[in-house]
Amino acid sequence: MLQRALRLDPQVALRDEPFGALAYHYGNRKLVFLRHPDVVEVVRSLDEHDCVADTLTACSIDERRWAAFERAIDSMYESEMLSDRIG
Amino acid sequence: MTVLADQLKGGLEAPICLTWELTYACNLDCVHCLSSSGRRDPDELTTTEAKAVLDELAAMQVFYINIGGGEPMIRRDFFELIEYSINLGIGVKFSTNGAFIDADKAHRLAALDYLDIQISLDGTDAATNDDVRGAGSYDTAIAAMGHLRDAGFDDFKISVVVTRHNVEQLDEFKALADSFGATLRVTRLRPSGRGADSWHELHPTNAQQRQIYDWLLANGDKVLTGDSFFHLNALGEQPLPGLNLCGAGRVVCLIDPLGDVYACPFVIHDRFKAGSVREPRGFAGVWRESDLFVELREPQSAGACASCGSYDACQGGCMAAKFFTGLPLDGPDPECVGGEGEIELAKVQTSTVPRPSLDHSKPVRIATPRVPVALTRR
Repeated sequence: MLQRALRLDPQVALRDEPFGALAYHYGNRKLVFLRHPDVVEVVRSLDEHDCVADTLTACSIDERRWAAFERAIDSMYESEMLSDRIG
Repeated sequence: MTVLADQLKGGLEAPICLTWELTYACNLDCVHCLSSSGRRDPDELTTTEAKAVLDELAAMQVFYINIGGGEPMIRRDFFELIEYSINLGIGVKFSTNGAFIDADKAHRLAALDYLDIQISLDGTDAATNDDVRGAGSYDTAIAAMGHLRDAGFDDFKISVVVTRHNVEQLDEFKALADSFGATLRVTRLRPSGRGADSWHELHPTNAQQRQIYDWLLANGDKVLTGDSFFHLNALGEQPLPGLNLCGAGRVVCLIDPLGDVYACPFVIHDRFKAGSVREPRGFAGVWRESDLFVELREPQSAGACASCGSYDACQGGCMAAKFFTGLPLDGPDPECVGGEGEIELAKVQTSTVPRPSLDHSKPVRIATPRVPVALTRR
């Protein structure tokens, strides 16, 4: 997962909230809670970097937290909130 | 209590679940109508006002709205408004009794993206349903479902209010939904609106509450509930799926046909009116700053339930259910599975129970004995 090129799915809207953000997928109607501002920043930046690992580095995420971020990103990928970037 | 639930209790920038009743007009006269609907109110929001509200909701990034009534399709600008909403990126889910869904309308609805439809049905046979929703309403709803299926409308919802008389039909409701390629949605009966008068005869018995809980645990991932049965969580170790909390003023609210904003769809009463979309501060101002919503987002006292070991599971139940049965808000739910609600209900003096603030019910036709009129020839 860390080496993949991902993006926020075009059908997803993000709304900032006091605890982080809400993500809503207009296609499958799923609502996901992003419960940390760091996660929101990473998700918003995915499109600007070659892969997930580069995004985590660019967002200055401590490597000790990478495993947790990978799980969160994996789960968002499963629910189609994140999708593979083509090209 | 999860961290997430605690965060949600503090309120959000915009509601997750916003219900907007478009009109008090309705062709039916259901005995449990939450909004005591029947007649249109002359002061309902105009098309221009309604569109301005939608513009504001779009700016707040409200992802979708739940439209209801009354019967929302009675409004002449119904399609104009839902199309306007969808074009702004606000998904629409609307509740209807189906009376105005013919083959043409079904095709028009099926062509829209980001639209969900809930057809209300309270019995899997005409007798059970029509007892609550009125003569002919079962056939009407089933006909509408047929039109939607024939038009290729993907995955509409069948919305059931669980009562004492249809608990036994839960499996049949599920089979009916499956037969239409639809999803079943079951919600809790509230003593709101005309429901204040019918609740005592219609709400499930304590034994039936266990039945509902077990059924939801077995079927919960395939059935929608609007998270409305969280008071049943005190029945077992395993919580029902969904957010286990009262969302009133925190994650949900209601805009009524007049533009008044209430804490949730079940509390149309001045005590729970936060403001109006017609105020200069608009809906966003009411949502973010109204005294009522700020109050509801503060930590709530467990009151009389504080010493009960189940409070974490049931959160004291539903605020509206307590209010309209005359129970204190910081005490047990009238349907407390531990039986505390029943004890408290027995102490309530009927004259002190709050009544809904608005009533748009159609005038009752009282059958008067025919007075013979003497006809005289000129």
